[in-house]
Amino acid sequence: MANNDTPCAGTAQDRPSDCPVQPASADPAANELKTTRRDFLRAGGMLSLSSLMGTAALMTQSDDANAAVEWGEHFQKNYRLMTTEEKNEARLRLERRYSDEYGKKVAVDTTEAQPGMLMGYALNIRKCIGCRRCVHACVAENNQSRGPRPGEKIEWIQVLRMERGKFEQEKMNHGYPEGLGIQVGGNAYTPAGQVLEGQYHYNPKAVPEADATYMPIACMQCEKPPCVKVCPVRTTYREGDGPVVIDYNWCIGCKMCMNACPYWARRFNLTTPVLPKEEMNPVTHYLGNRPRMRGVVEKCHWCLQRTRHNRYPACVEVCPVGARKFGNLLDPESEVSKILERKNVFRLKAELNTFPKFFYFYD
Amino acid sequence: MLTSFLTDYARYVLKGGKQFYTWMGVLSAFILAMLFVFYLQNTDGLIVTGMTSQISDGLYLANLVFLVGVAAGAVTIVFPAYVYHHEGMHKVAVLGEMLAITAVIMVMVFVFAHMGRPDRLWHMIPPRGIYSFSSMLGWDVMVLNGYLILNFVCGFYYLWCKYTGNPVNQKWFIPLVYVAIAWALSIHTVTAFLMANNPARPMWFHSMMPIRFIATAFAAGPALIILIFLIIRKNTKFWVDDSAIKLLTTIVQFCLGIAIFLTLSEVVIELYARTEHANGLYYLMFGLHGLTALVPWFWSSVVLMIGAFVMFFMPSFRNDFDKLRIPCAMAFAGIWIEKGMGLIVPGYIPSPIGEVTEYHPSFVEWLMVLGIWAFGFFILTILLKGAIGILLGEIKHGGPAAAVK
Repeated sequence: MANNDTPCAGTAQDRPSDCPVQPASADPAANELKTTRRDFLRAGGMLSLSSLMGTAALMTQSDDANAAVEWGEHFQKNYRLMTTEEKNEARLRLERRYSDEYGKKVAVDTTEAQPGMLMGYALNIRKCIGCRRCVHACVAENNQSRGPRPGEKIEWIQVLRMERGKFEQEKMNHGYPEGLGIQVGGNAYTPAGQVLEGQYHYNPKAVPEADATYMPIACMQCEKPPCVKVCPVRTTYREGDGPVVIDYNWCIGCKMCMNACPYWARRFNLTTPVLPKEEMNPVTHYLGNRPRMRGVVEKCHWCLQRTRHNRYPACVEVCPVGARKFGNLLDPESEVSKILERKNVFRLKAELNTFPKFFYFYD
Repeated sequence: MLTSFLTDYARYVLKGGKQFYTWMGVLSAFILAMLFVFYLQNTDGLIVTGMTSQISDGLYLANLVFLVGVAAGAVTIVFPAYVYHHEGMHKVAVLGEMLAITAVIMVMVFVFAHMGRPDRLWHMIPPRGIYSFSSMLGWDVMVLNGYLILNFVCGFYYLWCKYTGNPVNQKWFIPLVYVAIAWALSIHTVTAFLMANNPARPMWFHSMMPIRFIATAFAAGPALIILIFLIIRKNTKFWVDDSAIKLLTTIVQFCLGIAIFLTLSEVVIELYARTEHANGLYYLMFGLHGLTALVPWFWSSVVLMIGAFVMFFMPSFRNDFDKLRIPCAMAFAGIWIEKGMGLIVPGYIPSPIGEVTEYHPSFVEWLMVLGIWAFGFFILTILLKGAIGILLGEIKHGGPAAAVK
């Protein structure tokens, strides 16, 4: 059922081009105006900064056509400190570069957090069958790197395959510590919940498997995110409506956030992401699924390009058993609020006081 | 006057025999290799290294942490020299400052090496960039730069006074030296916080880290200094007093002893309860799930450190400066392994979700490390040669001819 290599059907029918909401950046007038201005700037920049450009080109390995755009991108401010106009410029710059690069009209949304919204997520681990469709849908939706080399393959969701533990009659005489005379404990138990190397890349004939349970994890979108605290340039932060996001253009790639995350939710672009043109999702958000560059960190952002326009994240939409629930924690009528009210819920590593907005529950 | 200082300094440093130029030539070759790797890392990306999503930092961060310790270790000369007025140390205090300058510069190059986007480093620097007070890395950058400036000012002001023949202005020089001494502790403490303040990494998340960092730094730093002093004694006219080397030997031994004790404490406490939080240490010592890449590193570090500690007890090693090199080199190597492969890497293994993977540094990664060390020795050679020239009076304002008059 689950397949490692081919993207599943669920994602194909849900092509982002079907997005009913017109991205904010599709305004042709604004586009035209800015282009003229930038062309002027580009001409001047090319002349006066030609020697510096050599250095910049060396550092960013950009080709000439994109050099000026990248130059402007290189010197833009931290996203949160930009004025609305600067955000607009940055957005147009990106749209132009991405459209060039991927040979299609790419929209970069900059919709802000809406008041009265606090996103929350709940996952019914009893229902999860381990099909990993969420993983593939996420990769397709969020423009993750999908190259053949290990460092080129990035997935934000891991469905951990947990072996069931068991007590066995044959092991009754096994002692602890093993092999020593004095026993202080028994060893009849085979521990459950071990994660071995690459165990979230399992590929069985059919799911669910009898000898396993599944534990999907991704970014927990903590209310007190340790990753945000350690960022030296404040490029990663918690948005007003909940998700922890990254301004990829401001990230310096120091990887401190990767040390700090207790959920292993962050991924580093070890190389330029491998994203085939035809597979690229052109509906993007600045803080979300726009294509990343080499040397920066990325993570799940609860599909801002969808959720800011009242759509479900791709993983919620694709889940065939309805294990994944998403909604507004401030709205008592939302599905997530109802779950928090009525079900027994828990959060991962609650002892670390990170206060995730990602909850697990049972039926 | 400043130009004459600079030209005299440069002229003296550039003057050298075949041995000097061979040494600098070999170092330059490694530096060129490093630049090539740096180019690769900033075009292909860090994929050319052995780093992965699980092990997001390796040799670079390890060397960074170790060299912060070496920089802090220079205080083992400056402290006895200026606080206890140890005569032998006072004579060579400026050499310690030169070593500190070198080590901090090396740390900064390693920062560049481990970053995904070194071209964006300016994002950390206000006003255009953002300085974050909540980030330990921000604090680390601040204290390291402060330490570099302090050592540069103290060291070169002292040399300047020797060069011009003017007396040192004690009024601000001595307070500044005291600040530098306290600052030396801060750089390694903050670096320890940088690692330890991550509850996600149980291997690092304990309050023993700062003192362990300081203890190992004050063993590895002076061990390197002793080796350098012995080379200076042999190859230059400058004489480093026996008393200085003996005091440094004592410092290395005591700090090495404390470091070994702290490691033992950690082993007992972690392995007695053997919770999942001990998995990193267990992987390091014995391997986990059949993966054992770090095991030889750990045990070789144990052998080197304990062996050196025992040797320091033996008068035949302690008092014979030829044989003293052996335990010093062992202590230095042992701590390099302990802080690098033995502390930074197992912090990533297992990953926060319990996945055990192995770290295999790539060839280019080793080349980068070697290149940065070569770069360090390159700077150190220049700085030490110049400083010794001034201390010997061979670089003097007005030149040797004027001095005769």
